[in-house]
Amino acid sequence: MKEISGAQILLEVLQEQGVEVIFGYPGGAVINLYDCLPDYSCRHFLVRHEQAAVHAADGYARATGKTGVALVTSGPGATNTVTGLATASMDSIPMVVFTGQVPTPLIGNDAFQEADIVGISRPCTKHNFLVKRVEDLERIINEAFHIAGSGRPGPVLIDLPKDVIAGKCLKKAATKTLLKGYNPNYAGHPGQIQRAMEIIFKAKKPVFYVGGGVVLADAAKELTELARSLRIPVTTTLMGLGAFPEDDELSLGMLGMHGTYRANMAVTESDVLVALGARFDDRVTGRVDKFAADAKIIHIDIDPTSISKNVSVDIPIVGDVADVLGKMLDLMKSSETETKACAGGHDAWLAEVARWRDLHKLSYQQDDIIKPQFVVEKIGELTRDKNPIVSTEVGQNQMWAAQFFTFTEPRSWLTSGGLGTMGYGLPAAMGAQVAFPERLVIDIAGDGSIQMNSQELATVVQYNLPVKVIILNNGYLGMVRQWQELFFDKHYSSTTMDHAPDFVKLADAYGALGLRATKPEEVEPVLRQAFAHPGPVVVDIVVAAEENVYPMVPAGEAISNMLLV
Amino acid sequence: MKHIISVLVENEFGVLSRIASLFSGRGFNIESLTVAETEDKTISSMTIVTIGDDHIIEQITKQLNKLINVIKVVELTESVQMAREMVLLKFAVNSGPKRLELLRLVDVYQGRVLELGARSLIAELTGERAKIEAALEVLSPFAIKEMSRTGMVALARDGVKN
Repeated sequence: MKEISGAQILLEVLQEQGVEVIFGYPGGAVINLYDCLPDYSCRHFLVRHEQAAVHAADGYARATGKTGVALVTSGPGATNTVTGLATASMDSIPMVVFTGQVPTPLIGNDAFQEADIVGISRPCTKHNFLVKRVEDLERIINEAFHIAGSGRPGPVLIDLPKDVIAGKCLKKAATKTLLKGYNPNYAGHPGQIQRAMEIIFKAKKPVFYVGGGVVLADAAKELTELARSLRIPVTTTLMGLGAFPEDDELSLGMLGMHGTYRANMAVTESDVLVALGARFDDRVTGRVDKFAADAKIIHIDIDPTSISKNVSVDIPIVGDVADVLGKMLDLMKSSETETKACAGGHDAWLAEVARWRDLHKLSYQQDDIIKPQFVVEKIGELTRDKNPIVSTEVGQNQMWAAQFFTFTEPRSWLTSGGLGTMGYGLPAAMGAQVAFPERLVIDIAGDGSIQMNSQELATVVQYNLPVKVIILNNGYLGMVRQWQELFFDKHYSSTTMDHAPDFVKLADAYGALGLRATKPEEVEPVLRQAFAHPGPVVVDIVVAAEENVYPMVPAGEAISNMLLV
Repeated sequence: MKHIISVLVENEFGVLSRIASLFSGRGFNIESLTVAETEDKTISSMTIVTIGDDHIIEQITKQLNKLINVIKVVELTESVQMAREMVLLKFAVNSGPKRLELLRLVDVYQGRVLELGARSLIAELTGERAKIEAALEVLSPFAIKEMSRTGMVALARDGVKN
């Protein structure tokens, strides 16, 4: 056997791990790696900013379920990944990020382009490594992929000093990982699952509260079967959208701060709340002591720290949601009488839910100015049979997309839920488009957030990634403006975006197609033209400037306390 | 309420910083933290004394367990642990009746005199926290020039259920 370089070891291990795509940006510390890159089968996508490399790897991971990979240089390259890492960490997205580092003898010397990225990224990664010897590299990369993709997934960072990449050693095939302290628990406790099912069978007013964990565990099928068989209504969090088909009559839509009236009322009035891969985030619960106050709470999550963190739980079940739901389905199938009684006993409850649905539907008034909700509904209408992937930026655009798009499939919705990262949508869409070149990928954006990573238009044009960016342009940082309108006497401090670029010209400058709609009747033809175009498109849609997202639960209030108009 | 948490971790660089940043990042308190190698050189043992209600202690132990380098976390309750602390004390005393009195008191607390000079004395005390606190109170009228405390180290006793 011949000794090979750290760079070659890295690229070989990536191949063994099945990595097909790397999003990255070169620099001095990783120049040896880039020198070898063309010799390997991984495709490299050169982004225009390192933050976008990480978001693209994130979008790729959310859409495919595989671990995303990004590669950047040391110093500023590494520090630019931090927002992307924190975004992925909050939403439990599997990812491995490689950062260059100055040579080991220079670490700590304030060398050129040196940053202590292991120290900086510690709280926003699932784990991170500094590789000190080339001999450790292979094992560490394998450990990183194992950690990133197993248990509650998350981003893992590997810091690569230049001399480690350049150094040589023998590559040992499939080195054993040495993780004594890492052994996530997949199998839910059978006794707890039995107890949970007994409670669910007896429930009069049950609700399934479904989070991103169901999408991550690929458990949407099991969830749908259980909910339909027992006739239990389902509400999803922002991260859980797509885990249950929203065109099903059991769907309550999203809950929480901008949740539907029926979802928030159903959770508030429920007698049994089954939380599946959800973490009782403050945007979901509002005032915690009023959240499902009379309900027995069953909480299924693979991460023990999520359980009883914010809300105390009656039946905790630590395990993989797909495993637990599978066992619940088995119990259901072996308990025919209970299943029948349970499914048949929810008529009154479902009637109440239907009454709430009819009382306050999600609505808006479309007049002679384009309403953003109308645009989202049109996007949904025109793409119904196209199985699109939708990403968003953060703010009003994100909430309208969540509310007015009908989600029916998991892994078709890319949004920064936990961290709320503006500038996420375009690079994430780019990552998803790389994974699925044939699918329609749409970024629903705002005029504020799109400017946080609009440089990636160059990337999508370079690689002909036909992402459709639909800007809901209201000339404001709309969500902050909405809070200022409602809670700060319309004091619009620094939320007016007076000097936005002409987005049509911007698209043109990058070589993408730019389109614009300013009247309601232009929306449909412009969207049709965008979706029919084979390349990337930016659609600037001038929408009502001071439209608000409703319902809205003021921060810290009970979720039954909604502003509805 | 005070709790003692014993943590076995992989003996790698950066582990202490992971633990410390977990506590600071999540707003948990550390009253004292000691760390050293165990009989297995690849594993270190930490004893963390922390303050919090049951809910917080549950979160602390779960969050510690979640760290990849953490191998085992045990909360040591009063009844099942042996806990000790050590303190080194430097007194400014000359020969004379005051020094005799000090030597007698150090002896009462089963302390040892490590160094005896013309104008100073260094003593070592080991024991449970309560004993150390009591000794320090009794010894405080003497001129303590410097003091260095270890924080608590603890082990679970054998055959006692937690």
